[in-house]
Amino acid sequence: MDFELTSEQKDIKKAAREFAEGMFPEVAEECDLHETFPRALWKKACDLGFIGVYIDEAYGGPGLGFLEHAFIAEEFARVDAGCGTIIHTTLGSEFILLFGREEQKREYLPLLPKGEAIMGMAITEPDAGSDVASVSTVARRMKDHYVISGNKMFITNGSIADFLVILCLTNENEEVKPKRHSALIVEKSRKGFETSQLKRKLGMRASDTAELHFSDVEVPLQNLVGEKEGEGFHQLMAVFNRTRVTVAFQGVGIAQGGLEKAIQYSKQRKQFGRPLGSFQGIQFKLAEMASLVEAARALCYQAGWMVDHGKIDPKLISMAKWFSGEAAVKVIDEVVQIHGGYGYLGEYGIERLYRDAKLVEIVEGTKEIEKLIIAREILGR
Amino acid sequence: MDFELTNRQKQICRAAREFAEGEFPGIAREYDRREEFPRDLWKKACELGFIGVFIKKEYGGLGLGFLEFAMVMEEFWRVDPGCGNILLTAFGSELIQLYGTEEQKKRYLPPLTRGEAIMGAAITEPDAGSDILSILTAARKDGNDYVINGSKQFITNGSIASHIVVFCLTHTEAESRLKRFGTIVVETDRPGFGAIKLTGKLGIRASDTAEIRLSEVRVPKENLIGGKEGEGFPQIMQLFNINRVIAASQGVGVAQGALEKAIKHVKERKQFGQPIGAFQAVQFKIAEMATWVEATRALTYKAGWMIDHGKADPKLISIAKYLAGEIGVKVANEALQLHGGYGYIADYDIERFYRDAKIVEIYEGTKEIEKNTIARELLGRL
Repeated sequence: MDFELTSEQKDIKKAAREFAEGMFPEVAEECDLHETFPRALWKKACDLGFIGVYIDEAYGGPGLGFLEHAFIAEEFARVDAGCGTIIHTTLGSEFILLFGREEQKREYLPLLPKGEAIMGMAITEPDAGSDVASVSTVARRMKDHYVISGNKMFITNGSIADFLVILCLTNENEEVKPKRHSALIVEKSRKGFETSQLKRKLGMRASDTAELHFSDVEVPLQNLVGEKEGEGFHQLMAVFNRTRVTVAFQGVGIAQGGLEKAIQYSKQRKQFGRPLGSFQGIQFKLAEMASLVEAARALCYQAGWMVDHGKIDPKLISMAKWFSGEAAVKVIDEVVQIHGGYGYLGEYGIERLYRDAKLVEIVEGTKEIEKLIIAREILGR
Repeated sequence: MDFELTNRQKQICRAAREFAEGEFPGIAREYDRREEFPRDLWKKACELGFIGVFIKKEYGGLGLGFLEFAMVMEEFWRVDPGCGNILLTAFGSELIQLYGTEEQKKRYLPPLTRGEAIMGAAITEPDAGSDILSILTAARKDGNDYVINGSKQFITNGSIASHIVVFCLTHTEAESRLKRFGTIVVETDRPGFGAIKLTGKLGIRASDTAEIRLSEVRVPKENLIGGKEGEGFPQIMQLFNINRVIAASQGVGVAQGALEKAIKHVKERKQFGQPIGAFQAVQFKIAEMATWVEATRALTYKAGWMIDHGKADPKLISIAKYLAGEIGVKVANEALQLHGGYGYIADYDIERFYRDAKIVEIYEGTKEIEKNTIARELLGRL
């Protein structure tokens, strides 16, 4: 056992924190207000090596773990969750890294850490959210290509991605539902592929979210992730084991950042002739918030470490994900409360936290789905 | 980073679990009902090496860490908290090992692991609980002796211990309040020492709790731990660092035990034609309970590991202790709820777990004191 971060991990966290503290504050409000993706910020993060750190050296990354990727996500979210989502510009690359063919890895992966491409993955549909196995976007196989038709909903990076992994129905007649799907890589330039950015999200407005339309989009057969059809669902579950960890870390980061703001404010703000923090009512709130953050962090670090050490534990990952989402929402609610009227006003940046935090309870598996997974692991079917 | 238990730790956990599962269930209900310390069980645990695992080998222990002690405690509490408290028979020896003189270590530590002595630590008084600086028990120097007067309240092992570390005022004149105290080993057969067992506790009734009266109790000055006066308060703070982690592991253990009982029950119990575990509301409860247990276990292990690696972190320790106590209570409550009417009667052990769990929110620092400690670490003194 060893609960200390390695010195490399400490360095990575520190560098990510310094970058975020230096760069995020000046653009955060603007990106939130105008719902724009911070492209220059993303480029700079790529230049400095923060994007796609889990990508192997052979494919242009530094070959670190998903845990290190998640540490960066935590530090980014700590400063600003919306800007922090630039970490998600490699979303979907896990499919290629884990299951892709050698040519796919060489073609797509190196572009991501270099800042030459943005990725996404499209799973959710208007009528298939938590119930992933009901995805109905169809990919019909022709002689040398697939023809894709259908709609995808709430897709991160949907309107800015250069290519995305799309979960499609390819083997409708398979008896078992989880064997009916395949993951296909679709480039933005393909004919019949359209996107429309979704506006007026509650939070995380610096992150692009779009609806995707596929009307008879043709992609070559070699865009199938892996060698065999019918593996998509199984691949997705493995991808979720990584992306859920990253999102869980974002929950920790959001809560930690909010906690720090509340601590600072409690020391400065005076009422009844003394700092707010000298009142036991406020002290207890802060103690409870800090405890929630530490508990969520303890679960996340363990879950992330397990992923990188070949001991993937879906139960623990789901625990980390729902708990840190809930912790973030609870902690940020108290952060706003401690800031009072100032917390409620946009110009202090606190109300943005309140809006941003909520996403962690929804994205990459709602907390209800996480609980079902945990219960299934414990009780069996 | 490495989140895997070492092989040694895995073996220790398994051995502790097997011992507890083999020995506790047959007697737990009876000792709870009779409010009696399970003396034979304690003896057996000593023979197998479970008592005082943190005591160094040269003083008769296994020389393990406080993390391993916490792991054994968790396994014991998982099966039965009251019986599990036989591990507290070495309570207070941490002080002797950390701060005692060589003679004190040689005299007091080996009998504990051999099952020849039981210890305790007496800090709380009738009017000084959380506010420990306000204790009144005083040790007056008289030649080569201390003469102790005062009373102590809620003392674990108070009426069964052969010697007790007593937190006393030794230097009322010291300017700093923090330098007014000493910790003194008092043998319970000294004239003037009296203990009254407290009965009617809500839970952990197999664990002895007593009120102690000290009237003109004379002990040689060699009984002062470490031999230096005025060091009592920092010593007690370090004792709290350790025993708050141990208390946290009790919270994790009682929660884990209650969770397992709940899981078993929801698989077996059928209502509306299906096991109640098939209902989503029950599944969500189980998922939440399991997550809380996992989170507090991770915190507790980390806090214990930090102590054993010279990085004791009082904030983290208080976080682990407060959350583990609260989660013990919450999980035991939900587990009882899932058992329905059966959970409410003693035939199903869950009602005992429900009573036992509550103590973790109170002893070794109430959860309110833990929150004060956390807040002070976060805010500094304002």
